[in-house]
Amino acid sequence: MNQKLSHAVRRAIMSRRIREVISDVFITIGVLVLFFYVWYVWLGDLVVGAQQDLAATTLSNTWEQTSIQIPEFDRESGNSEGAQRSPKPPVLDASDKGEAFATIMIPRFGKNYIRSIAESVDVKKVLNDPSTGIGHYSSTTPLGAVGNFALAGHRTTFGAPFGKTDQLRVGDRIYVETKKGWYVYRFRNIEFVYPTQADVLSDVPRETIVAEDRILTMTTCHPKHSAAERLIAYSVFESFVPRRNGAPTEVTTMRTES
Amino acid sequence: MYTALWRVLPGPRWLKIIEAVVLVIVVLSVCVEWVFPWVAENFIQQESTVDQ
Repeated sequence: MNQKLSHAVRRAIMSRRIREVISDVFITIGVLVLFFYVWYVWLGDLVVGAQQDLAATTLSNTWEQTSIQIPEFDRESGNSEGAQRSPKPPVLDASDKGEAFATIMIPRFGKNYIRSIAESVDVKKVLNDPSTGIGHYSSTTPLGAVGNFALAGHRTTFGAPFGKTDQLRVGDRIYVETKKGWYVYRFRNIEFVYPTQADVLSDVPRETIVAEDRILTMTTCHPKHSAAERLIAYSVFESFVPRRNGAPTEVTTMRTES
Repeated sequence: MYTALWRVLPGPRWLKIIEAVVLVIVVLSVCVEWVFPWVAENFIQQESTVDQ
């Protein structure tokens, strides 16, 4: 009798323990999934974004920094007369795949926004990498040449380098910095396309005519957290500032504030 | 599970609380550094390129 009772009691305790473990496991999974979601939509971009900013700053710091004044764009006369610029920028030789060769500063994306650009749009090596995040389509024109210099970057997650592409305004400056100096682009327009519309990478986007301009094309996903469409941002080359002339004012301001 | 863990943690109650907090931080750091990026990379489709 006594033995039977203790047996029943032991079984009750065992089943209580098992239930406790099972419930603990489920609660843990639930909390981790919630935390994953917080990380996915918000925290991860802060962490990886900061890592990418830091990596780009480090790269930029390896090039010498001096500064000069670049006059503001004159809307009435339609030029930036007086700007220390050269009409023909140097063409950058193709670098090794996956290697960062330039940095990009987009003041509209935030006063600390600086990311590096690596060769190739390989997802794991470049786009998901905490030290780069932005990739150059190797099939498109090299930086500085007449044609289309096309870049890809995530809209959300993995640092979301192109997360604020939809906030660009016409005329916004975009600075691409290399060892030789700054390529200054001006944002012109955005376009929404399907992932199959690869002609956004053409020398003249969506056209088959011969290029005369230097275009900067940025591709990213749309809508946010989806792969259904692509958001494309086009910018036009404005001027090249050689390194010996020093960084453009906006770049210097961003660097000192960060 | 957590009751057993609480029993295993050495020291008085205040020390156990500190140890528990440290454990939580360690687990979350491992998640953020390795587990979450791996899950996002392999199980969630994130495309930002156009077909070439």
